Amino acid sequence: MIELKDIRKTYIMGETEVHALNGVSLNIDDGEFVAVIGPSGSGKSTLMNIIGCLDIADEGTYKLDGNNVNSLSEYELGVVRNKKVGFIFQQFNLLPKLTAFENVELPLIYQGLHLGERKKRAEECLNKVGLGDRMDHKPTELSGGQQQRVAIARALATEPTLILADEPTGNLDTKSGKEIMQMLVDLNKEGKGIVLITHDQWVANQADEQIKIVDGKIAVHKDKRRAAK
Amino acid sequence: MKFSQALKMAFMSLKGNKMRSFLTMLGIIIGVLAVTLLISIVQGATSELTGQVEDLGSNLLISQITSPKDVYLTIDDVEELEGVGGVDIVAASKSSNATAKAGTENEIATIEGVTEKYDVIMKLDMLNGRFFASMDVEAKTQNAVIGHELAMDLYGTTNCVGNSINVKGKDFTVIGVLEEADSMITTTDNTVFIPLLTYQRMFNDKQLGAIYVSAASPDAVDMAEETIEEFMLKELGDEDYYNVINQSAILEVMDKMLGIMTSLLTGIAAISLVVGGIGIMNIMLVSVSERTREIGIRKAIGAQKGDIMTQFLIESVVLSVAGGLIGLGLGIVGLMIFEQLMNLDLALTFGTAVLAIGFSAGVGIVFGIYPANKAANLKPIDALRYE
Repeated sequence: MIELKDIRKTYIMGETEVHALNGVSLNIDDGEFVAVIGPSGSGKSTLMNIIGCLDIADEGTYKLDGNNVNSLSEYELGVVRNKKVGFIFQQFNLLPKLTAFENVELPLIYQGLHLGERKKRAEECLNKVGLGDRMDHKPTELSGGQQQRVAIARALATEPTLILADEPTGNLDTKSGKEIMQMLVDLNKEGKGIVLITHDQWVANQADEQIKIVDGKIAVHKDKRRAAK
Repeated sequence: MKFSQALKMAFMSLKGNKMRSFLTMLGIIIGVLAVTLLISIVQGATSELTGQVEDLGSNLLISQITSPKDVYLTIDDVEELEGVGGVDIVAASKSSNATAKAGTENEIATIEGVTEKYDVIMKLDMLNGRFFASMDVEAKTQNAVIGHELAMDLYGTTNCVGNSINVKGKDFTVIGVLEEADSMITTTDNTVFIPLLTYQRMFNDKQLGAIYVSAASPDAVDMAEETIEEFMLKELGDEDYYNVINQSAILEVMDKMLGIMTSLLTGIAAISLVVGGIGIMNIMLVSVSERTREIGIRKAIGAQKGDIMTQFLIESVVLSVAGGLIGLGLGIVGLMIFEQLMNLDLALTFGTAVLAIGFSAGVGIVFGIYPANKAANLKPIDALRYE
């Protein structure tokens, strides 16, 4: 359960202040699939970074599963990123010197799990994204779609309740993009909450809810399910 | 995160940059090599020199005489000292350089006229034949005792007792050959010893060059020194005409000098280790900024500050300790080579090895902390956005 209330975030760029988020209030229930769309510079990435605890809001309150994130220590934020959230990035953000298996294993290493458990979970996740036979390949030896699938496996490895995807199809061809989207839709059906950032309307249409952000504010909030009712 | 995992990560990252890792280590390698070589060589030389001086006997006192021609001592004067005032036995000598010939060979040698107890006081060992008896000195015989190297040069063998040797046109019979001297302080290898009175007659020289006195016991050295000072002043009449050298005083001065040299060289070597450490810090800082994005990714998937800190700190410690071990290995090889070249007994002591490795690990930690801390304190979002 994500509860955002009047979230503001301002960046200083030279001498001008940029209000990336200018009073965003939003609730997302567990297991929901929400797409955040908006033009570049609208603040949608900032929103995702705040939800994912990569960044802290200047003002407003953010409660994640009832805990006030503003009052969490640096260590606790690290635990949240590790256990509650799985990130998927536009540039995949895999570590180039590690194999697919090692990349997926990494968040589990930071959890302090022992080798047997890490191996079991990493293999499970890689099999789930269909890369069971590519585990020993380095990212450079994989196609873009495959790399993004490794990233999804990595996001799933710690069994988080929420997946945050920042333009996951942005660097992929249409076919791979569709495959990745299908994978996210399937994950949502299995109960994972997904917050997805995109500027692609087709991608956004896969989600249950669409939130359009313009100039740091929520402009439109569409709910497919409510509309269907 | 477990320590073994952090260690594995550090090794992987260093392996991924082999050339850079090696060049970074080079500073520490050279530093540790310098520390081990310098300390071991100075320690080896110190014990060697100390041993040699002790071999000469800490009971030994030497008085060098520099009086004008008409002020001189006789052997009889000197022998009066024996058994008096802490003095045990006494010897005297006078030397100059001359050509020694045997057959067609000739060599410039030190010609030294000595009394019969010279060999006892100076602890000379005979290889062949005998040293002088009192009869040789009193009767001014034409007998000679020669050094090891001179025997080899003139005769090609040390079995030359009974052969004749010509010094300044006078023929002498070789009655003894000395063992090879392994001292760095004095050498008898290229010396022709002849009886002192024979020498005085031959060179028409009544002077004594030096007298050698052994004290009755180590405790009697100071007393013997006083006795000689008094005796010399009485006989020669001027303090400027002689000096008295106390062997144990020399030893003390030498110990002090070598101590200063050890700390000086160790200091220089330690400086090179610190320079190596700065090299590590430099490369680690480069590495942190190159890997900013990696740090961001690691933090995004749950790495804690401590995990990042440990990872980078281990990298710098692995670099410095590996460099230290390689340097130590090279140092041991270097010592073996020096041992052969300098004919010294050089051993790397356990203490030196521990010091070198400990110091390099310390350098790794001290110079690794700043870059590691810098990496650990990066904000995840800034690190992720870094291009």
